[in-house]
Amino acid sequence: MTADLGGLLASVLERATTRGATAADGFLVEEREFSATVRMGEVEHVTHSQAQRLSLRVFAGRASAAASTSDLSAASLERVVDEATRLARVTAEDPHAGLPDPAALIERVPDLDLEDRTSDGLTPEDKIAIARKAEAAALGVDPRISNSEGAEYGDRRARYVYATSSGFARGYATSSFSLSVSPVASEGGEMQRDSWYTVARGRARLEDPEAVGRKAAARALRRLGARKVKTVEVPVIFDPENAAGLVRSIASAVSGPSLYRRASFLVDRLGSRIAAPSVTIVDDGTLPGALGSRPFDGEGLPTARTVLVDQGVLASYLLDTYSARKLGGRSTHHAARDGSGVTVGTTNLMLLPGTATPEELIASVDNGFYVTELIGFGVNGVTGDYSRGAVGLWIENGRLAYPVEEVTVAGNLLEMFAAVDGVANDLVLRDRTASPTLKIARMVVAGN
Amino acid sequence: MTEIVHARPERFFADRFNVTPTLIDRLLGSALRGRVEDADVYLEYRVNEELVIEEGTIKKASRHVSQGAGVRAQAGTRTGYAHTDDISIENLEEAARQARAIADRSSAGGVVAIPAGTPHDLYSLAEPPIATDLDRKVELLKRVDAAARAADPRVRQVIASVTSEDVVVLIATAAGFAVGDVRPLTRLNVTVIAEDNGKREIGSYGGGGRVAFDHFLSEDRWKRFANEAARQAILKLHAVDAPAGTMTVVLGPGWPGILLHEAIGHGLEGDFNRKGVSAFAGRLGQKVASELVTVVDDGTIANRRGSLNVDDEGTPTQRTVLIEHGVLRGYLQDKLNARLMGMPATGNGRRESYAHAPMPRMTNTFMLAGQDDPEDIIRSVDRGLFAVTFGGGQVDITSGRFVFSANEAYLIEGGRVTAPVKGATLIGNGPEALTRVSRVGRDLQLDEGIGTCGKDGQSVPVGVGLPTIRIDGMTVGGTHV
Repeated sequence: MTADLGGLLASVLERATTRGATAADGFLVEEREFSATVRMGEVEHVTHSQAQRLSLRVFAGRASAAASTSDLSAASLERVVDEATRLARVTAEDPHAGLPDPAALIERVPDLDLEDRTSDGLTPEDKIAIARKAEAAALGVDPRISNSEGAEYGDRRARYVYATSSGFARGYATSSFSLSVSPVASEGGEMQRDSWYTVARGRARLEDPEAVGRKAAARALRRLGARKVKTVEVPVIFDPENAAGLVRSIASAVSGPSLYRRASFLVDRLGSRIAAPSVTIVDDGTLPGALGSRPFDGEGLPTARTVLVDQGVLASYLLDTYSARKLGGRSTHHAARDGSGVTVGTTNLMLLPGTATPEELIASVDNGFYVTELIGFGVNGVTGDYSRGAVGLWIENGRLAYPVEEVTVAGNLLEMFAAVDGVANDLVLRDRTASPTLKIARMVVAGN
Repeated sequence: MTEIVHARPERFFADRFNVTPTLIDRLLGSALRGRVEDADVYLEYRVNEELVIEEGTIKKASRHVSQGAGVRAQAGTRTGYAHTDDISIENLEEAARQARAIADRSSAGGVVAIPAGTPHDLYSLAEPPIATDLDRKVELLKRVDAAARAADPRVRQVIASVTSEDVVVLIATAAGFAVGDVRPLTRLNVTVIAEDNGKREIGSYGGGGRVAFDHFLSEDRWKRFANEAARQAILKLHAVDAPAGTMTVVLGPGWPGILLHEAIGHGLEGDFNRKGVSAFAGRLGQKVASELVTVVDDGTIANRRGSLNVDDEGTPTQRTVLIEHGVLRGYLQDKLNARLMGMPATGNGRRESYAHAPMPRMTNTFMLAGQDDPEDIIRSVDRGLFAVTFGGGQVDITSGRFVFSANEAYLIEGGRVTAPVKGATLIGNGPEALTRVSRVGRDLQLDEGIGTCGKDGQSVPVGVGLPTIRIDGMTVGGTHV
C-alpha cells in the first residue's frame, strides 16, 4: 500500500490551488480484498484485489467540479487536477457551493474499533475452509437441500484519508468480513433458493459458519410448496431484513438532495407527524465496531447520533454542507463521497425496537401475510407509492401456515408508516440498516 | 487537453504502461500455460464524463479515469482471479501467481479454445462522444432544460445529464490470441418533477448508445426526450389507483421488452443452467412459450448500447436464438460454462470492469415481430392493463418468479385505452408467462438505449426490444381491489 496517502493528497490539492482553484478537497481510498466461493464442496472462485481511488473536488469561486482516478502516478494526478479545473469553468456559480466551515471539522479522530487485523493470520485455505464449512452445514440439514449456489467468504481492508486545500487532513482504517450461503431446496420438481449472511467489522463477530448455513437451509426449505393467494387487503408483517428496506425509503426521502429537488414524499414535512407514534428512527455513526460507523463524513465533519423520526414526528433531515445551505439549515454530517462528488449517505440507520415479541405480532393476525423477501424496484420516492413482488408465509389464526410466492404487496409509504400497529423487540444491528419486525395494519396483496 | 484514445488497444497499453503483447504472452506462457486449462489477461482503461443541469444551471461536472488489469486462471470448475489497478508487469506477475494458486491443483493441461470468427466493427466513430467539446454538451443540456420547462407550467424541476464514456480493452489468452476493442458509450437522460395543487410526480426519459454526440441532435431526439419526461410526469399527476389482481396485460413496443430480460433471459444464462439452479435447466427443446414467440439475443447490431465487437473474453458476439416459435433453443454462454456444458461459446462472456471475472450476460434481447396490428390487439381486450413504460425489473432464477415495474400504464375498458394508472409492479413466472402470449404485433421496436443489467454485483449496459404483445393473465400489483 502507498505509504503516505496524506502527503499524496496534499500535493494534489496544492496543485489544484496553483492551477487557479480557490479551494479544493479530496478523498483517497485504498483497499485490499479477498473472496472465495465454494460450491457443492468444491472451490469455485477465488479473487484477490487491490484498488485505490482518489476523488477530487475543486472550487473556482462558487463554481465547482469533480474528478477521480485509480491511477496514482504523478502524470495521472496532474491530469486529474487539470481536468477538474477545466470542468469547473463550465459549471455555474452557485451561492451555496463551498467547503464546510473549517471550525466544524473534526479535530481528534476517535477510535471506533473499525479495524480488526486478525485476518492477516489466515491463509486463503483457512478462508476457503470457512466457506466450505458453512455450505456443508446447509447441505447437511435435509435431503431436500440438493443443490447450492455456493457459499462465499470475503474480507476487505481499507484506508481512507480526507484533506482540504486549507491544510486539514485526517484518516482512518476499516476492515470487514462476510460470509453468505445460498442453498437450493427441491421437492417434486419445485426448486426454491434462499440465503443467509453475516457481516462484521471484526472476524470474531461473524456468526458461526455452521449456524449461517443451517439458517440459510431452513429459509430455503420453508419456501417449498409455495402457492399464490387470492387478491386481498390484509395486515402485513415485514421480517427485520425487509422492514429495514422500508426504513431506507424514509432515509432516502429525508436526504437533502431529494428535498431541495422536491423529489420526495416528505417535502415540507419537518416537525409534522409522518408515522405512527411507535416509530422512532435514528442514524448513529458513532457506535463502536458497527458496520456503518465512521469517525467523520465525506467532508471531514464528525459523525453523530441523529434522530430522524421521533415517535412518529419528522425530527431531522439528512444533510451535507451543500444541501444544508440550500435548505437553510446546518449539515447533519451525512456527506458521502461518490464518483461524481458529494452526496448524502446514512451510517448505522435503525428503527428502534418496541416491546412485543415477533411471535406476539404474528399471533395478533387472523389472516395476513408475513413478508420474507421483496423483489423489484416499485417504490416511487416522489409520491411514496409502493408496489413490490413478495415472497413469504401466509398467517392464519395467528400462526405461520404456508409459503406464498408470486404476489405483490402495495400501498403508499406515508400511509404504511401511519398504519404501523406493531413494532417488535427484535432489533439486531447486523448490517448498516436494521429494523425490528414491523406490522402494518393493512396493505393490498395481489395474487389470483 | 482532453485526453482521447485513438490508438489501437495493443499500442495503447504498450505506450502507456509498457505492457506489450509479447510481455503478456510470456506471462501467460511461463506462469500459466500447461498448468491450467485456460487463462487470460484483461487490460482496461476507462474514461467517464458526466455533466448535469439542475435548476437551470450546470451544477455538476465530473470526469473519472479508471484502469486496471485482471488475470484469470481456470481448471475444471475452479477459477482464480486477481486484479490490480496498478498496471505493471510486476503486478501482473503477482496477479498471475495468485490466480494460478487456486486453479493449479488440476494436472489437466486441457484444450484451450481459440474463439471462432473475427471481431465485428459495430461502433467506429469519427468523434467519440467523450471527445465532443464540453460547450456543445452544455448547450444541449440548456436546450433540454428549456424544452422540458416549456412543455407545461406544472413542470417545477428539470434534471438532465449527458454521460460519455470510452473504454479501451485488450484481452490476451493462453492460446496466444489477443484482441482489443475501443468502446464508446453515451446517454442523455431527462428527469422532470411536476407539481400541481400539492401533488408531485416524476417523469423520466432518455437514450443513447455506442453513438456520436450528434445522435442526440438528429431527428430532434433531445427535444423528444425532454417532452416525454414532462408528459409522463404531468400524466401521472392525475393517475388513478392501479388495479390489483390477475388480468390481461398488453405491453407496448420497445422498453417493455424488459419482460424478456427478466422472464427468460437470466434464466437462460449458462452458469445457472450448468449448476442446475435455473427454472429452465434441462429444458432445451421443450416448449416454454406460445408458438407466436421467437426471442433472440443479438450483440451484433451496430451502435446499440448492448452491442460489442467481441465479448470480454475475446469471443466475437453473435445472434443467438433463445426461443424459436415457443421452443427453447439455446443458452447464453461464456467460455467456462460453454466448455463445461460441451456447448459453443456465444459471445456472452461479459464483465463490469477489470475488477470482475466474466460471466454469461445478455447483450440486446428482443422478441421478433408478429403479424398483428397493435391497435387490434388493444381492441381485443375487454378489461385489462396497457403498460407502455417501465422502470427496473428483477428475477429469482431458481423459482422463475420475476417482476417489472410499470411507470406509465392505462386501463383498457371495452377495447379502449382509458384512464392512466399509478405505477405498479407486474409479477409472473418465467417458464410459464410466455406461454400466455396470445397476440404479437408487427411493430417491433428496440429500446432507446437506457438499460443497465445487474448480476452478482456487476452492472453492464444492455438493450431490449419488443413488439406490442398481449399476455392473457399476469398479476398486477396495484392497490385497487
